[in-house]
Amino acid sequence: MDALKIVVVGGFGVGKTTLVGSVSEIRPLSTEEVMTQASVGVDDASRVRGKSTTTVAFDFGRITLDASRVLYLFGAPGQQRFWFVWDQLFAGSLGAVVLVDTRRMEDSWYSIDRLEHHRMPFVVAVNRFTDGPSLEAVREALALAPDVPLIDCDARKRSSGKHVLITLVEHLTRLHEGSTQ
Amino acid sequence: MSRRSVDREDPDRLYTVTGGRTRADETAFDSVSLIVGECEPTPGMQSEHAKILQLARRPMAVVEISAELRLPVSVVKILLRDLLDTNRITVRHPSAITRAGRPDPETLKQVLLALHDL
Ligand SMILES: Nc1nc2c(ncn2[C@@H]2O[C@H](COP(=O)(O)OP(=O)(O)O)[C@@H](O)[C@H]2O)c(=O)[nH]1
Ligand SMILES: [Mg+2]
Repeated sequence: MDALKIVVVGGFGVGKTTLVGSVSEIRPLSTEEVMTQASVGVDDASRVRGKSTTTVAFDFGRITLDASRVLYLFGAPGQQRFWFVWDQLFAGSLGAVVLVDTRRMEDSWYSIDRLEHHRMPFVVAVNRFTDGPSLEAVREALALAPDVPLIDCDARKRSSGKHVLITLVEHLTRLHEGSTQ
Repeated sequence: MSRRSVDREDPDRLYTVTGGRTRADETAFDSVSLIVGECEPTPGMQSEHAKILQLARRPMAVVEISAELRLPVSVVKILLRDLLDTNRITVRHPSAITRAGRPDPETLKQVLLALHDL
């Protein structure tokens, strides 16, 4: 049995938990990671208590793909402190989905920067709460490279969530083909 | 879903759970490493260790154990380290992708097929 992971990032209320839940075979579970500042003297209780920690909550679902593979789908906030724990939690992910609400596009700028920095392949999915701007206008506002897939989605619909994941894996396949030619 | 954050949790509790240690060897467990229990809990065992062995009767990912125990992932990794060092669990690391590398095309093909069938 082998485990794979895909990360869904986006601002608060953008529909991450909804998307994870619509494709997951389990109700999304939530947990958290803490980053404790690198420490000396871990045997000394008083110092442990005094240390500063960063806590990041995230949720996840699970999709059993076949007899030998299970995919974990993580929903995680895109704000700055989250990226502290990226290496602990999400290094080795297949790729990422950036979920965008067109009423708050600036919420996703930081995530897109960080994914590019981590060289993590991603697709952008616009969760349509209202009609909002066209995909072309969204691409421009987010300064997305032409080869980054950009699609509409409705996180509440399983078929739509599935389409988002398929779009990501097709993108990964193309990237792989491109790098071996 | 509202859950207590460890920010508000008594730091002494987390300190006690891990015996004061704050870091596990980060390379020993991935967040989706699958944990397999190799023995039953024994009386007198630290309760978190016993719970992990109960949960891991079937292979269970580190993050799932973390959610079930309501403990941060890094704390769970420390507890798992104890169990690994005493041969009470075995670990199946994710193999499809390396930290630096990219997934192999065969894996991508199989993932795509499975997603279409979902
Ligand atoms: N109209 C509409 N509402 C949605 C959609 N996705 C999520 N919502 C709603 O938006 C709210 C926030 O979603 P949630 O998944 O909790 O966001 P999160 O903070 O990113 O995890 C919930 O009330 C959802 O029911 C969508 O595609 N369309
Ligand atoms: Mg959420």
